[in-house]
Amino acid sequence: MTEVFLIRGARLEGGDAVDLLVEGGVLAEVGRSLSRTGATVIDADGLVALPGLVDLHTHLREPGYEASETVLTGSRAAAAGGFTAVFAMPNTSPVADTAGVVEQELALGETAGFVTVQPIGAVTVGQKGERLAELGAMADSRARVRVFSDDGFCVWDPLIMRRALEYVKAFDGVIAQHAQDPRLTEGAQMNEGAVSAELGLAGWPAVAEESIIARDVLLAEHVGSRLHVCHLSTAGSVDIIRWAKRRGVNVTAEVTPHHLLLTDELARGYDASFKVNPPLRREEDVRAVREGLADGTIDIVATDHAPHPAEAKACEWPAAANGMVGLESALRVVQLAMVDTGLLSWGDVARVMSRTPARIGRLTRHGTPLTAGQPASLVLYDAAPTRTFSKADLHGRSVNSPYLGRELPGEVRWTLHDGVVTVADGTLLDEPGVRT
Amino acid sequence: MRHLLETKNLARADALEILDVAEDMADTQQREVKKLPTLRGKTVVNLFFEDSTRTRISFEAAAKRLSADVLNFSAKGSSVSKGESLQDTAQTLQAMGADAVVIRHGASGAPRTLATSGWITAGVVNAGDGTHEHPTQALLDAFTIRKRTYGADSRGRDLTGVKVTIVGDILHSRVARSNVWLLNTLGAQVTLVAPPTLVPQDVSAWPVRVLFDLDDAIADEPDALMMLRIQLERMNAAYFPTEREYSRRWGLDARRLAALTADSMVMHPGPMNRGLEISAEAADSTRSTVLDQVTNGVSVRMAVLYLLLAGERGERNHDERGDAR
Repeated sequence: MTEVFLIRGARLEGGDAVDLLVEGGVLAEVGRSLSRTGATVIDADGLVALPGLVDLHTHLREPGYEASETVLTGSRAAAAGGFTAVFAMPNTSPVADTAGVVEQELALGETAGFVTVQPIGAVTVGQKGERLAELGAMADSRARVRVFSDDGFCVWDPLIMRRALEYVKAFDGVIAQHAQDPRLTEGAQMNEGAVSAELGLAGWPAVAEESIIARDVLLAEHVGSRLHVCHLSTAGSVDIIRWAKRRGVNVTAEVTPHHLLLTDELARGYDASFKVNPPLRREEDVRAVREGLADGTIDIVATDHAPHPAEAKACEWPAAANGMVGLESALRVVQLAMVDTGLLSWGDVARVMSRTPARIGRLTRHGTPLTAGQPASLVLYDAAPTRTFSKADLHGRSVNSPYLGRELPGEVRWTLHDGVVTVADGTLLDEPGVRT
Repeated sequence: MRHLLETKNLARADALEILDVAEDMADTQQREVKKLPTLRGKTVVNLFFEDSTRTRISFEAAAKRLSADVLNFSAKGSSVSKGESLQDTAQTLQAMGADAVVIRHGASGAPRTLATSGWITAGVVNAGDGTHEHPTQALLDAFTIRKRTYGADSRGRDLTGVKVTIVGDILHSRVARSNVWLLNTLGAQVTLVAPPTLVPQDVSAWPVRVLFDLDDAIADEPDALMMLRIQLERMNAAYFPTEREYSRRWGLDARRLAALTADSMVMHPGPMNRGLEISAEAADSTRSTVLDQVTNGVSVRMAVLYLLLAGERGERNHDERGDAR
């Protein structure tokens, strides 16, 4: 039914060049000098083959905020960036806090067909932090939810957080925490420090993140549960995670591409493209999160792709929405910040952008090795070119990228999702698997 | 000068030019007929998203004395929560042919957004943005310090060696920020005095000394002591315990007034909370420059509008300057 592909000469995770035969949605053969009559040949000479990227932290905005993004447009943006699976955060309207909503999202993702859309369930009803949502019902639903988060809102009440951590053990779930003490960040607009002092913008202190992470790792240790820390952004947070892992706490942590590259200095022009939560931090924080990702303290890169319509950004900084789109630029930014600097190999990139996020989210058909018999979800990436990032690179419904006009290396040449082409020779297809 | 958005990036020469033109403007204000024809046919819009009668009428007086047409646009409330966006407001003013927009906004950075967005071609004057800057206030303060210090010999001088101490809520003060940068550019030594809760968390990059004790600061014999207005709602956010405690520790009472050196001046941007940050004795003493600041504010704003509008696109020449003299 699906097309048969013979990928010639791809460098497996940046290593040796091999051929990969894709047939029936799986890697039928991986090896040298393969041949197959009738196969479509993809010349991958010089391209890096990575397992399809997995984003543990995406906002798809549907249902409820379709002016910003839909499951279809967000899926397309993901495929364009080399992703084959995205985890959809629950801050939709209605909030994804019931089996009904997560099943609807799953179905929308299946219909779109560009990537696997795996819903994340809210921890508390309406993300209000008061009562646990029906976590078990979401886990048992067709969406098989394993990741729960009130993202955008911290599960601030320590008792609710403890209960949530304990409860999801029943179905091997994980709580993904947006670590932000609400009282310490009332009205916060940007990182608190030298730049906020000058700009007169209310500060978002590092301690508001670090104190919640410290509390949560101690809670996770106490009840023996699995904790995931979303978009960690400060040097202090890296230290706390490092300390917790040494103690044996079952914690994983993520960093966004923008926190690997951009600093709070960018707020100086009051250009709300650079407004995001958690905010861009100092140069020393950027160094620390890079080192943390390089030494394994930070487990994964996740985009926190957060689409907003133009009017939510074309206004005064304090009135502007937080968030940046990031799916299309993620791999290129990671190359710039981590690979070209020698901090990560391509094998490491496969680990932090595919294997580990799939494992944290318990997705079995993603992040799998590029070996015979495994699902054919992969990306072929050309690390050589450097181009100016522009709106033409964006395929979602919103264009609030902080990288517009910036030089970024790399280009996604091919994306295959379960053996179906979504990006062919650098072009995002209108329909998965249909090339004209 | 295309815009006046902040004093942080105002060069010394440009600051001195504004102050010297303001001296010319002040001279004209001694005449029986105060009105000059300089900006006839130009339209100045006062775009105020926050109530500030004092600042608005100061700009209005400045523009009218230069014969500009003045439109007052009061747009209370933030753009997102209530009605029209800043973009739509700006484009409306552009369509009406505004030559300069004087903007007061509760959001830090709103004047820069207005000036850099491409929505308007008018020059933008920041009349106070959130807790960021209030550049004309700092310019009128510097003008006042210079005038008190050097009198008729003020033109061309900077403030080298002058010691200025600013007291109060530095964290939320756009007046303090604009003064810190401008006074430093002009060579003054700046000391900040505040409760530790009301100093920004990291001021290591500021060219200032920070003290928590007002008496220590006064013992250092400042030439100018600038008292900032304290907002009582700060009390509820735990910045300080009570009004009385604030007044005792950081208020300029009669005892501290008496401890100041003979020729030092007491400044306040207004409106004052008498009995809180400043006592009646201090406010009404001969050291007080409060009313001079108001008068000088008009001259400084005339200078700014003149340099923005008459000076634009190389039109300014000495004959025109002659008008103002």
